[in-house]
Parts: sequence; C-alpha cells; structure tokens
Amino acid sequence: MSERPSALVAGIDIGSRSIELVLLENGEVVHWDLLPTTYDPLKQCRSLLDRVQVRRVVATGYGRRLLEGNPGQLEVRTITEIQAYALGARHLVPTARTILDIGGQDTKAILLTPEGRVAKFEMNDRCAAGTGKFLEFMAVALQIPLEEFGAFALTADKRITVSSMCTVFAESEATSLMARGEKPANIALGLHLAVVSRTVAMLRRVGITPPLVFAGGVAHNPAVRRLLEEALGQEVMVPEQPDLVGALGAALHAWRLSED
Amino acid sequence: MPGPYDEMWEKLNLDLSAHEHLLQVLGKFYGDIYLSQQGRLKGMEYLDFVLSEVHGLRIQELQAAKAQGRKIIGTFCIFVPEELILAADGVCVGLCAGAEIGKEAAEKILPRNTCALIKSFVGFKLSRLCPYIESCDLVVGETTCDGKKKAYEIFEEYAPVYVMEIPQMKQACDRDLWRAEVVRFKAKVEEITGRTITAEKLREAVRLVNARRRVLKRLNELRAAVPTPISGRDVLLINQVSFYDDPVRFTAKIGELCDELEKRVRAGEGVVPAGTPRLMLSGCPMAVPNWKLPYIIESSGAVVVGEESCIGTRNIRDLVDETGQTLEELLDALVDRYMRIDCACFTPNRERLEHIVQMARDLKVNGVIHFALNFCQPYAMEAFKVGRALEKAGIPMLPIETDYSMEDVEQLKTRVEAFVEMVR
Ligand code: SF4
Ligand code: SF4
Repeated sequence: MSERPSALVAGIDIGSRSIELVLLENGEVVHWDLLPTTYDPLKQCRSLLDRVQVRRVVATGYGRRLLEGNPGQLEVRTITEIQAYALGARHLVPTARTILDIGGQDTKAILLTPEGRVAKFEMNDRCAAGTGKFLEFMAVALQIPLEEFGAFALTADKRITVSSMCTVFAESEATSLMARGEKPANIALGLHLAVVSRTVAMLRRVGITPPLVFAGGVAHNPAVRRLLEEALGQEVMVPEQPDLVGALGAALHAWRLSED
Repeated sequence: MPGPYDEMWEKLNLDLSAHEHLLQVLGKFYGDIYLSQQGRLKGMEYLDFVLSEVHGLRIQELQAAKAQGRKIIGTFCIFVPEELILAADGVCVGLCAGAEIGKEAAEKILPRNTCALIKSFVGFKLSRLCPYIESCDLVVGETTCDGKKKAYEIFEEYAPVYVMEIPQMKQACDRDLWRAEVVRFKAKVEEITGRTITAEKLREAVRLVNARRRVLKRLNELRAAVPTPISGRDVLLINQVSFYDDPVRFTAKIGELCDELEKRVRAGEGVVPAGTPRLMLSGCPMAVPNWKLPYIIESSGAVVVGEESCIGTRNIRDLVDETGQTLEELLDALVDRYMRIDCACFTPNRERLEHIVQMARDLKVNGVIHFALNFCQPYAMEAFKVGRALEKAGIPMLPIETDYSMEDVEQLKTRVEAFVEMVR
C-alpha cells in the first residue's frame, strides 16, 4: 500500500464504534479499510493512515477533530457527518433525497434538495436510545451475537410492544418479558420495532422524500430494514457497504478540495 | 488568601469558599471564551473590567448606595418597569441566572424538569453565592411562565419577593390589568424606598433608560454591517452587563465603543473573514455567564449578528414616549411600551414571528438558530411557528434545546457545524 502514488485522497470517519478509511483516485474508490475505535482512537487512525500515502485527508464523525493539528502530518480538514453522509449517499445513489444513518451512537435523518444540498437534518440528542448502541445492549441482554440479532428478530411469531426507549429501562423491560415466558425472538422483534418507530418519527420531521438511502452500521440489520420499509411503505435502499458512506463522503470532499 | 472584598462578602452572608470557587470557574470560562478572541475592540476593556469586578466593585457601589438610603431592587424579567425603580432613586439590578452552580441545591426543592434559569436563581440563593440577591431589598417576580410563577412562591421563603401580574393576551382588558399592575408596583416601590414618584422624576428615569436603549440600538445598527465589526459574543456580553451596571456610566462607555465601531465599519473592517456565514440567535434569554451556544457557533466558522431575545433586541426595540407631561401620561406611555414586548408567554404572539423574519432580513443572515432552554415550554413550542415563518421567508432555522451543562457540547457542535455547512 505504501507504494501508492500520492494522487490519492482519503476520507476517514471516526465513529464511536469503528473508524473507516476510504481512498479515492480521480473520484473512484481504490481502497478501503476499517478498525474498531477502541479506547485509543488516535492510534487507530494513525495505523489506518500509516498504511497509505495520500495528499489530502478529510475527517468526519464524532472524533473528526482528533487528527487536527497533528504535528508533521498533512493538514486535515473536517466536515460533519451530516455533510459526509449527504455527499457519500448521493455519490452512490445520485437521485437520493433522504438519508437515514444509524450509527453506533447516533441517528441522523437528512433531507436533500433535488440538487443534493442538505436542506434539513435531525439528530438524536444526548442519549443512545434508538441507536446502534441500543441494539448492541439488547443483543447482549438476550445473549444473541449482534450480527445475528436482526435475523433472529425476524423469526418472531408475534409482535409485542416494548414501550421503553431508554436503554436501561428497555433492558429491564426485556428481562421482565423473559421472566414472563415471552419468546426471546418476539422480544427481539419488539426491540427492533421500538428503534424503527423512533427512527420513523425522526424521518417524518425532516419530511421523507424518496429515494431513501439507509446507511451506517445498523443498515446491515435485516430486521430494521424490513420494518422500516413496512412502516414507511416505500423502498429503503441500502448501499453494499453502508458503514463506509461517511468515509466515502469525506473522501469525496477531499477530492473536491484538491480539484479546486 | 483573604481578598479585598472578603469582609463585604462575609457581611452579605455568602458562602465564601464556594463563592471563591465560582469566581475561579467564571474567570477561567471568561478567559477561554472572551479574552482569547482576535481583533477585539479597545472598548471591550471596559466590559472585561466590569465583569472581573462583577462581584467586587459593583457590589461595593451597591453597598454605598444602600448606605445613602437608596434601595436595591432585583428583577428577573424585562417586564418589570425599571423606570419606576429609578424614579424612586432605587437601583435596579437584573439578576442573572445563567450558571449551573447551585443546581444541586435547587433540585432539592424544585422538580428536575424545571428550566435551567429558574434552577439557577433558586440555586444561587440557596447556596448563598450571589451578592446581588443578597443585596436586594426587594426581588420582583412576575407571572410569565408557570415555572417562574410557582418558583416565586418557594423563593419567597428565602428572599423578600413581590410579584407582578403579567397579562397573557393583548386585548383592551389586558392593558387595563397591566396598567393596574404598574400602578400597584409604583406604590410598592414608593413604600419600599420611602420616596414619592413625581412626574418629573419619572420623566428623568424614562429618559435615562431610553438613552441606554438607544445606545444599544446604535450598537445593533453598527454591528449589522457587512462584514460585522464585532463578535456576537461581545454584543451578548454588553447586553448582559446592561442589566446590572450603572446606567449612566454604561451608556457613556458603550457610546465610546460605538464610536470605535463606527470607524471600523467605515474602514470596512470585519471581525471575521469576508464570507463568514452570519447567524442570528432567537429565543430564551442568555443570562451571564451562559455563553455556551454563541461560543459554539463562533467556533464553528460562523458569526452571530443578532440576538432576538430579552438579553438582546426584545429589551431595547421599543422606547417609552418621553413627551408626557403629567404622571398619568407618563404611566400610560410606560404601560403601552411594556405591552409591546413579544415574549412567548403571550398568546397569540404573532408580532414575534414578524419581528424575527424582519430582523433576519435586515441583518442579512444566512440562518437562524433558535435557542430554547430545556423544559421551557413557551419558547420550545413557539420554535415550531418560528421555524415555519422563517421557512416561508426562505431562511433556514436550526432549533436547539439545551441547558447550562457542558455534557452536550459535542453533539451541539456537530449540529451547529452541520447547520453552518448547510447555509454557507
Ligand atoms: S422571555 Fe419572557 S418571561 Fe423571560 S425575561 Fe423575557 S419577557 Fe420575561
Ligand atoms: S426560560 Fe422559559 S421556562 Fe425558563 S423562566 Fe423563561 S419562560 Fe420560563
């Protein structure tokens, strides 16, 4: 990798759970990589960047400022996740008008103008309700591996309502449902439904306009996808690698900057 | 180490060690947010000085005024007619309530879901941290929002409280109610101060307060220039200080600052690079030392060029008619002027929407950030209508709900930065 010519630009998305890197050459993706965030995100960023040679880096994600003022390194610009997801999703689906991103720690709904500019956005506030973190906690509580949690929920035979959206309360609600003999798959579905109903409310606040692109790590989850389509009555497009959309957007921004 | 004001603070029954801590936090905060700014006006040195002496020199002045037999009257809302206090040789201080310190004490007696402003003034009193409250001979409350209304009932047990009834609508009968309340307040002020409010004294007070409003209006007109010659943070601070500084001195000092600004504007000098997005704040008051949101905005590549708030244009937009001859005429003028305040506690409150749109246009802003304190129903609810009115005018708005704590700063930064990217 280190032999790459420096026509490359990079986008790096420093999230709460993982850090993704996307490299572009002439606007085309030529390389991507990702690492878990861990407790030392800066070190993780460095090891991602050390493996490549680029002439420009744009960082996004909640840790975007981490690389700023890094001595001896190239200048790192930042954009917010909102902008990065808008750019990334629009690149993948040029007609996209609404973007939903459910990441490890937050959920964002973005409405784009027909030209692709951000028109409106909503983000969840302080707590992790309805985010990837919520599903992660619940998967642990039900002792299901996170990657299988969505598929597991889809085996449910009944729809139950989980009323708490607070991670802590939902966990105790799930526990008491289990104690009452409810099937774990049904509880899992109930938890997914809770996430989806909260997400739909957020989407409605920005005003959903198709096509809708669903990105972020949680977009891998088949139950969230299916329930979303059901609730919205419209198709939800999920990119092949939904967790790379932010890094892709950042890389596209870097490319634009270097074209100027 | 004992300081020059310890004795005074002790007499005021402050909790000295907690107070020392408060001053340290405030000093550090001020250094980070204010003193670190580039290209500041010379005239801001006065504000720096006033703020550094906020619990020192100014309190000493209040004690001196008290020694001369003048009374100190504290207020929490711009509905309380300051003119009546000044006309009776009283000193009016707008009590700030913008710090989180004291929150724990406040939460012992107030529900947790009370707005930060209310928690702050109750907390300050319970923790004995505010030399202004402790200096007050009277604290004037008002029936604006429910939170404040009920909080005064509790506050009354700790400080001498008087409550004014503020109407909720603006019909003829509401004006009658308000006029009766103004007259009742006048009697109360006369009783407390032992002075009679004459037409002459009231006219003098009206002129004095109008002069201060005028200088702040001038400041706002100057800062409206493109590029803006002063940071939004600095203008907010000036507005905040206007609530407790001596009005004559303050007006003179801000006049000088405006002269300096005028030169800058004429030279086309901006405080930020050309093309920096211009934003306007709208919503709940930001009391000292609540500089959180303006600081976040101005660290996100934008500049604040207007505050549609009580610590901002709502307090200075309208002047009191000075031409009245008799006491009755002057009181009527006072009543009419205060009835024009477009606080979200009123229903309906269409004027506010019109004012916001007009202001956003006049200031040539790229967007508006609506600020509501958590649990503030009037402003949080009105944000919806404000957003719609602005949308119609083609001006984007970002609604923010927050409080004084620092725990949501990162999320707020992301939101504000994304908004700045969006409106750029
Ligand atoms: S917002 Fe309303 S209640 Fe609060 S100070 Fe202003 S006028 Fe008074
Ligand atoms: S900010 Fe809102 S809730 Fe708080 S005192 Fe003012 S009007 Fe009442």
